Amino acid sequence: MDKKLAVYICSGCSIGETVDVEKMAKVAEKEYKAPICRVHPCLCGKEGLELIQKDMAAEGVNTMVIAACSPRVKTAAFTFDPTAVIAERVNIREHVAWCQKPKDEDTQMMAEDYLRMGIVKAQKSELLEAVSDPISKTILVVGGGITGITSALEAAAAGYEVVLVEKQPQLGGFMSFVKNRLPQEPPYQGLEPNGIAEKIQQVLYNPKVKVFTSAKIARTSGQPGQFDVTIEAEGKATEVRVGAIVMATGWKPYDAAKLGHLGYGLSPDVVTNVEFEKMAASGQIKRPSDGKAPESVLFVQCAGSRDKEHLPYCSSVCCLATLKHATYIHEQNADAKVFIVYKDMRTPAQNERFYRFAQDHPLNFLTKGEVAKVEKSGDGKLSVSVTNTLLGEDLLIPVDMVVLAAGMVPNSADGEAIRAFEDAKLKAEKGDSESQRADAAKKADELKCHQGTEILNLTYRQGPDLPVLRHGFPDSHFVCFPYETRRTGIYAAGCVRAPMDSLHAEDDALGAAMKAVQSVELASKGKAVHPRSQDLSFPSFFLQRCTQCKRCTEECPFGTLDEDEKGTPKPNPYRCRRCGICMGACPERIISFKNYSVDMIASMIKSIEIPPEEDEKPRVLVFMCENDAYPALDIAGMNHVMYDPCVRIIPLRCLGSMNIVWIADALSSGFDGVMLFGCKYGDDYQCHFAKGSELANRRLDNVKETLQRLQLEKERIEVHQLAINEYDKLPGLINKFMDLIREIGPNPYKGF
Amino acid sequence: MAESGGVEKRGKPVLVMGGGIAGMTAAIESAEAGCDVVLVEKGPYLGGRVARMNQYFPKLCPPTCGLEINFQRLKKNPGIEVLTLAEVEKLSGSPGAYEATVKIAPRFVTDACTLCGACEQACPAERTNDFDYGLSKTKAIYLPFKMAYPAKYVIERTACPEGCKACQDACTYNAIELSEKARTITVEASAVVAATGWRPYDAAKIDNLGFGRCANVITNVMMERFAAPDGPTKGSIVRPSDSKAPASAAFVQCAGSRDENHLPYCSAVCCSASLKQATYLRAQYPEMPITIYYIDIRTPGRLEDFYQKVAEEQKIRLVKGKVAKVEEDAATKDLLVTFEDVLAGKKVAEKVGLLVLATGIVPNTEGLPEGFKKDDFGFLARKGAKGGFIAAGCVSRPEEVSATVQDGTGAALKALQSVVRSAHHG
Repeated sequence: MDKKLAVYICSGCSIGETVDVEKMAKVAEKEYKAPICRVHPCLCGKEGLELIQKDMAAEGVNTMVIAACSPRVKTAAFTFDPTAVIAERVNIREHVAWCQKPKDEDTQMMAEDYLRMGIVKAQKSELLEAVSDPISKTILVVGGGITGITSALEAAAAGYEVVLVEKQPQLGGFMSFVKNRLPQEPPYQGLEPNGIAEKIQQVLYNPKVKVFTSAKIARTSGQPGQFDVTIEAEGKATEVRVGAIVMATGWKPYDAAKLGHLGYGLSPDVVTNVEFEKMAASGQIKRPSDGKAPESVLFVQCAGSRDKEHLPYCSSVCCLATLKHATYIHEQNADAKVFIVYKDMRTPAQNERFYRFAQDHPLNFLTKGEVAKVEKSGDGKLSVSVTNTLLGEDLLIPVDMVVLAAGMVPNSADGEAIRAFEDAKLKAEKGDSESQRADAAKKADELKCHQGTEILNLTYRQGPDLPVLRHGFPDSHFVCFPYETRRTGIYAAGCVRAPMDSLHAEDDALGAAMKAVQSVELASKGKAVHPRSQDLSFPSFFLQRCTQCKRCTEECPFGTLDEDEKGTPKPNPYRCRRCGICMGACPERIISFKNYSVDMIASMIKSIEIPPEEDEKPRVLVFMCENDAYPALDIAGMNHVMYDPCVRIIPLRCLGSMNIVWIADALSSGFDGVMLFGCKYGDDYQCHFAKGSELANRRLDNVKETLQRLQLEKERIEVHQLAINEYDKLPGLINKFMDLIREIGPNPYKGF
Repeated sequence: MAESGGVEKRGKPVLVMGGGIAGMTAAIESAEAGCDVVLVEKGPYLGGRVARMNQYFPKLCPPTCGLEINFQRLKKNPGIEVLTLAEVEKLSGSPGAYEATVKIAPRFVTDACTLCGACEQACPAERTNDFDYGLSKTKAIYLPFKMAYPAKYVIERTACPEGCKACQDACTYNAIELSEKARTITVEASAVVAATGWRPYDAAKIDNLGFGRCANVITNVMMERFAAPDGPTKGSIVRPSDSKAPASAAFVQCAGSRDENHLPYCSAVCCSASLKQATYLRAQYPEMPITIYYIDIRTPGRLEDFYQKVAEEQKIRLVKGKVAKVEEDAATKDLLVTFEDVLAGKKVAEKVGLLVLATGIVPNTEGLPEGFKKDDFGFLARKGAKGGFIAAGCVSRPEEVSATVQDGTGAALKALQSVVRSAHHG
């Protein structure tokens, strides 16, 4: 495309009173030979927008730079079709006019530099293209329990074809063994029929759902919209192409053998809640030892859960399950005594009514307490000693049966750990040295428990399954975006994602199915999914210059890139979230987007004027995450908080897309310092791309070498984790760093 | 295999009532799958209750971080029409073909608003700031909060002095229309999502806990504003009586919740919320005694990690017991809290400098069209609603933000089903 550039400078909202906009226009006209450059008192108004439209129609303007307010506001007014127009916004309001001294030389220089950067960015940008590859909109659901069945039925009801894969011979999962469900409707007191059988029939006879039982996923290759899945069922392999995957593999009960301290294994009359449920569902609750109906039963809550030695988390459903089990007992024998020993009764929301209902039963005895010991007593009964009770005394309770309310363990596979195991195993055999082989063998041994746990069998370089977070849940760990996993197009739902009851699992199934549907719809239009939804840009790789360093394939938080035998990256564009972390990782600078590249940012940096040392005007480059730190600086501007005029801000898609070559470029061309603002990382990470800010921090270690080579002080680079609401801190951090830079003195490379 | 569906043939839009996190989620998620959406919000901005919170549990991260992403998704999606200051007055029709009458109150500020702020400076009048639960004032023309979407000022006309047009005179961009009238429009919809959210239980109704009677008894939602950097005290948590640091603080759990005289249900979020708020206090007052009076600590799932972490690291005293009585010392404005220490088996009275009531969640169902079914507690029932009527978020059950987002996403699929059906039949 032949670019026809137009530069528009708005003088409204006190911009005109702060900077000399006519002088800015000269920068565009003289330095960049912009054929059109217009100053307008209110560019976002009707007249201003018409001016732009007119230039597009009459002058063929297809590349424009709009120097006005922050790109976060007036979005509708200044949004153009990215396949037809390149439009770059330059923030001279929030980031200049509202936070700098009016009519000051430094303010003017700042505004002019931002304009230069914007023009260069527009010059280096290319139009985007809407890609349309053949995209399968079929949804694969892995797991045929209540979550999986619900996902399948609901996706089918929205018009999508579904493939449902279950490892057992029958559908239904745990619900098949359940007598009743918890109350789901007002008045939240009576138990509900199970209902799973009807759901199984519905899914089996749904023409849009293809069901595979006794089946497993032998292989999943490809990418969203184009996953090729090999399903092995009854000795036969079937290949299907699907667009997205819902992983609803459910849970397993915590291993009761580890609950010996609570009497499991001591007597057959100590059973788990799952065993008890199955017994109730089969018709009669009997004491395993003699087949008699129990007259007294004690429930031990949090058997394994909320226990650092076992499951540190709360399994969420056990309190309610026990109250349900108490109801079963009284349905069978109205005179039976039920004891419940709990840490806290957790019956959230409307379920409180069911708890109240159970409390009102004269033969339910509930107490906070700790079960110290379960023993056999002479009369064939069990004797339970309970300490720290609310009654202020220790109790010794004789009962016919003890039920351990054991918790839920997710049926997940730790994709990254499996990969690490495979890598270690390989290194143990083929490592370079004896010690390397020994270390690898040790590591492989530690990770051995992951061997053979694969579920999805993804052919991804980063491992065959979803990465898991704490406690084995492949959850997103985002409060705001609970379905975001680190594998695009694959969404976890139900008890594999978090412990939950069957009602919540059905709700969760809907949400995950929605995300799956959405991911295929967006893929069919070549658009990115959350958080850069609608983005049409894709990374491209200039592979002739690739040195197979594997940084991109290892660092992408979404496992986008596979590798060939040599380690050359094999892109899978539909897995990509367009964050640019691969671009930041690449030392050879071979990864770029049409509207975001290493060269583009480097050129922007180069466009900034570096005043000579004697002017005593230091320059500091600031890279900011555009999602959090950048809006925070906008708000500081809205609050009219002043800060040092010697900084130049460059927003990045994610701090993880920061390529250290930019820092080297900046320092060797005379910038006096570099600041980086990313999001919080670690367990409670806030990075929208999960790993970006963490990776950027790690890369800075390499920058230290650069500094050493240039013989520059390490203090010239500062990195901060900044949350979006820390706008009150941000100007202070900038000013403090500028003070430090002035103290250290100018970069000796100035003027070279 | 036959090729799957999709929304190639567009049906009528999805109507979402409520622009809080549940409604925004339902709107954005369905729009990203190809649906057209009309999002109707009663207030002047999107983000509802979460916009007024300082941090989310368990990550202790600012809600505006996720809101920013959602606003970006929304701004970039031409399929979503946002109507603020709007309410659905009437809804008629049948599944797949509803017709809603939407009344839009005047904002008095048009899209020409640039947020320059000249009007706010010129405005001579003030109004009580409901965003801060009445703890601060704004000018009569105001921006609800700095990151507000839509990014436009709004005027509380009843606060304007007779005949005043100072804002209009100050506005260079002709963005103020003081004569704007309410208008009514008709919206066609294939499905209706009710995500009208919640409000805190009126603490003044819990007589014995002293709210409204004792100056230093506040509610948990007020605490969020005290701790927020854009709140009435710019983030410093002080006693309302003297604007000074409290010597000690305590939280009363289940203030109204789990109480047959008030809210018979559990509000599900208050335990985690108080633990979170204890971290706000601890960050500002490293040595201050902080107590939580509770019945049961309810932190399901991985929130248990948060509970354990806060309990261990933040030096919080947890007392199992119900608070019976709160009295104020007339001179010091300190509070005398009488509670039953259940584990010790005795009644205790102690002095507290600042008392936070963990008030519960009440569903906002007023004015909702007929066709939604309510449960005994006033929440919208999950089952039994009219076809194409979907309830999501705290209007249907008390739940934390993450569960609300799940719900909003699930509601989007239910809505999509109606859109697809209406496209095929319509």
